[in-house]
Amino acid sequence: MLANFGYGALVISLAVSLYGIGAAIYGERNKQPRWVDSARNAMLLTFPLLTLAAASIIILLVTNRFELDYVYSVTSRSMPTYLRVTALWGGQPGSLVFWSWLLSLFTSAVTLRDWRRDREFLPWVIVVALVTLAFFLVLIIAFENPFLRYWTGSSGAVVTAMFQPRGLELFTPADGRGLNPLLRHPGMIIHPPLLYLGFVSLTIPFAFAIAALITGRTDDRWIRLTRRWTLWAWLFLSLGLILGGRWAYDVLGWGGYWGWDPVEVAALMPWLTATPFLHSVMIQEKRNMFKHWNMLLIIITYDLMILGTFLTRSGVLSSVHAFAQSAIGPMFFGYIVITLAVSLALLSRRWDELKSEGELTSWLSREALFLINNLVFIAILVVCLWGVFFPILTEALGIVGQAFPSVAHIFNGQKVTVGPLFYERATGPLWAALLLLMGIAPLSAWRASTGRTLGRGMVAPTIASVVALIAVAAFSEVRQWAALLAIWLCFFVVFVTLYEFIRAAAARAAAHSLNFIVALWQLAGRNRRRYGGYIIHLGVVLMAVGIIGIEMFQTETQASLKLGETLALGRYSIRYDSLAEFDTNDNRNVARAVVTVFKDGREVGELYPRRDYFYESDQPMTIPGVRASLEDDFYVLLVDWQPISTQNATFKVYHNPLVNWLWLGSLVFIAGTFVAAWPEKDAQPQPERSRAARAAARA
Amino acid sequence: MKRLPVFLLALAALGALLAAGPARAQGETPPAPAATPSDDAVNAIAKNLYCPVCENVPLDVCPTLACQRWREQIREKLAEGWSEQEILDYFVLQYGDRVLAAPPRRGFNWLIYLAPPALIALGAWTLYRLMGRMRLAAQAAQTARMDARPQHVDDDTLARLEDELKRRDQGE
Repeated sequence: MLANFGYGALVISLAVSLYGIGAAIYGERNKQPRWVDSARNAMLLTFPLLTLAAASIIILLVTNRFELDYVYSVTSRSMPTYLRVTALWGGQPGSLVFWSWLLSLFTSAVTLRDWRRDREFLPWVIVVALVTLAFFLVLIIAFENPFLRYWTGSSGAVVTAMFQPRGLELFTPADGRGLNPLLRHPGMIIHPPLLYLGFVSLTIPFAFAIAALITGRTDDRWIRLTRRWTLWAWLFLSLGLILGGRWAYDVLGWGGYWGWDPVEVAALMPWLTATPFLHSVMIQEKRNMFKHWNMLLIIITYDLMILGTFLTRSGVLSSVHAFAQSAIGPMFFGYIVITLAVSLALLSRRWDELKSEGELTSWLSREALFLINNLVFIAILVVCLWGVFFPILTEALGIVGQAFPSVAHIFNGQKVTVGPLFYERATGPLWAALLLLMGIAPLSAWRASTGRTLGRGMVAPTIASVVALIAVAAFSEVRQWAALLAIWLCFFVVFVTLYEFIRAAAARAAAHSLNFIVALWQLAGRNRRRYGGYIIHLGVVLMAVGIIGIEMFQTETQASLKLGETLALGRYSIRYDSLAEFDTNDNRNVARAVVTVFKDGREVGELYPRRDYFYESDQPMTIPGVRASLEDDFYVLLVDWQPISTQNATFKVYHNPLVNWLWLGSLVFIAGTFVAAWPEKDAQPQPERSRAARAAARA
Repeated sequence: MKRLPVFLLALAALGALLAAGPARAQGETPPAPAATPSDDAVNAIAKNLYCPVCENVPLDVCPTLACQRWREQIREKLAEGWSEQEILDYFVLQYGDRVLAAPPRRGFNWLIYLAPPALIALGAWTLYRLMGRMRLAAQAAQTARMDARPQHVDDDTLARLEDELKRRDQGE
C-alpha cells in the first residue's frame, strides 16, 4: 500500500527530526561531538525520507488513485500527466509536504558544507532547522494528512480515515474533481515552488542568527556565512512574486498584475524585511554597526515567512488564493508567538555584546542612508500588516460593541474590505522615497559624506535626468505632475547607476591602460556584490517604469458589440468578427471570440479573447487576448455573449502603457542577482588547507 | 545635524504630493446620467464595490452571475437617475460596510487611515533621535581622542611625524 508507505515515511521523518533536535542539544551541552554528528546525520536522513513521501503522493496522483481524498480533490482523469505531478502543490496537504521537502533539501545542503571553522554553530543550526521541519511535519500528520482514504460500509456512508475502520471497505470514486482551473497555468505551476523556495531558504540565515545568539559568537561571521543563501532566498522570493503577478495578468482577467489581495500582501511581507536585511548587513560588515537591528530583521523575516505560509494556506483571510480552509490556524499562530518570544529572549540576553563598534559620523553617510532605506521598507511593512489584519480586527472588536452598547456604533463588528486603493495611496509615496534613496545612496560614502561631495556626484545625473524628462514631456501628453515626478525619479536612478559604472570603469581603464569595455567587464567581476546590486537597481527601475505606466496611465472601456461593430479606445479599436463555442476533450467549454485590432485606423492583427468553463469544478476562467509591444499592451477580455446566435458580445478592453517593461525589468533584476550571488572562491585565507598544500608541494 | 529633518521633510512632501495624484485621477471619471447608462458608467461605480461572496475581486471584473446581476442593478439605478453615492449607500445598507473597496471613514475605521502615518512618523522620529545620539557619541569620542593626544605624543615627535608626512606627500 503506497499510501501507508508514504504516511510511514512522514512519521519516521518526524521521529528522526525529534531525535536530531535532542541529539544536537545533548551533544552540544555535554561536549560530545559524536552526538552532534549523529544529529547531522538525522538531518540528512530527513531528505530521502521526505523524498519518498513526496514521491508516493506523486505516484498516487499520476495513477488516478481516487480513493485518496487528496488525489480526488486535486486531479481528474482528463488532466495531463504534468498537471497531475504539479498537483502536489495544488492543495493544502500536498503543498505542506512539498514545503517540508524543500526545507529538508536546503538545510541538508547547508549541513554538508565545510564546518571546520564554524563548528560551534552546527548543533544550533541543526536544531533551528529541525524544529521548523518538525513543526510542519506535526501539522501534516495531525491535521493535513495527504494520505487519507475513503471508506464505505453497508450503509453507503463514506468516511475519510487513514487506516481501515472496522467493517468498512475502501471506496474509490470514478473520477476526481480536478485541479482548480486557475492553477492550470504555467505561471501558477512555477509560482508556488519559487515562492516556497524563497520562504524555505530564509530559514537558513535565521538558523545561523539564532546559532550566533546562543553561542555568543556575535561578530559578523553568521552574516558572511549566510550572505549568498540570503541572496538566493531573496531571488526566489522575488521571482515567486513576479511570476504570481504575471499569472494574475494572464488568467485572472482583470487587466492588472497585482490586486493587493491579502494573500499577495502576505507573500510580499517577508520580502519587505528581507530586502532591507540584505542592505543593512552590509553596514555590519563594513562598519560593525547596527548588530541588534540585523538580528531583529532576520527574526521578523522568519516569522513573517511562517505567517505568509500560514496566511496563504490557512484560509483565515479567505481570498482567491486561499482555496483551502482548515483548522491549522491556531497551530501556526502558536508557533509564531513561541518562536518570536524565544528569539527575542535570546536577543535580549546578548543585547550588550551586540553594541555597535563603529560610529555614525554623518547624516549623509551610506550607513545613515541605508538606515533611512530600512525605515521606509518597514513603513511599507506596517501599512501591509495593518491592511491585512484590520478587517479581522474590526470583526473581532464587535465583541466590545456588544458588551458596551454605548460604544456599539464605534465597534459595530462589521467586516470591512481593505482594497487596492488603501495600499496604493499609503505605499505609493514610500515606493517613490525608495527610488529617491536608490539614486542617492550609491553616490554616498561609508563613514562620512558631506552635502558637497554628494552634490558633486549628483550634478551630471541630475542634469541628464532633467533633460530626459523634458524630452518625455515634449514628445508625449504626460502632464500629471505626479507621473512626471515618478518618471524623473526613474531617470535619475538610471543615470546615477550608469554614471557609477562609467566613472569606475573609466578610472580602471586609465589606471591599467585597458579598453573601456574590458575595464567594465573586469569591474563587475571584481566587485560582484556592488555591481550586481547596481544591475538589480536598474532592473527595479525598469520594473518601476512598467508599474508607473499601468498604474497611472491605464485606460479601459467596455461595450456590447454586434457582429462587425467596432469599439475604440485611444488610438486602438477592435471589430467583433465572430465567436465560436465548443467543448474540448479536457472537459472544458470554450467560448472564443475573434476580433480584429486596428491602431490609428490601420489593421494590426487579430486577437482571440476567450472564456473557458470547467465542467468538473463549475468554474469559469477569462483568458485575455493581448497584443504586446514595448510601448504598451492592448488587452481584450470577452465579458459576455449571446449564446447560440452569437450576434452580440460584450468586450472589455484595457490599454496598459509600458507594462512590458515590468517583465523586462524582472529579467535584468534576475541577471543582477546572479552576478551578485554567483559563488566566488572564498577570499579569506584557509590556514589548514594552505599548510596541507605547502606540505604537498614540499613532498 | 540639521540636514536630516530637511531630508525627511522633503520625503514627506514628496509622499503627500504623490498620494494626492491618484486621488485627482479618480475624480475625473464622470458620472453618466444618460438614459441607458453605458458599461463604462456602470464599471466606474462597480470598481469601488466588492460583493460579499467573491472576496477580493472587484465587482467591475468579477465574472460570476451574481456579480453580473449587481452590475445590472447599478445600471437600473443609474437609469433612474441615482447618484454614485446613493447607489453605494444602497449596497452598504443591504450588505454592510464590507461591500466598499475601502473602509468608510467613521468610528473605529478611522484607525486604518491614522495608524500607519502615526507609526511611520514615530519610527522616523525614533530613528532621528537615535542617529542624533550616535552622532553626538561619535563627536564626543573624537574630542576625547583629541584631548588624549598630547599625553601620548610629545611635540617633537609630532613635528617629526608631520615633517615626514609632508616629505612623503611631495615625493608622491
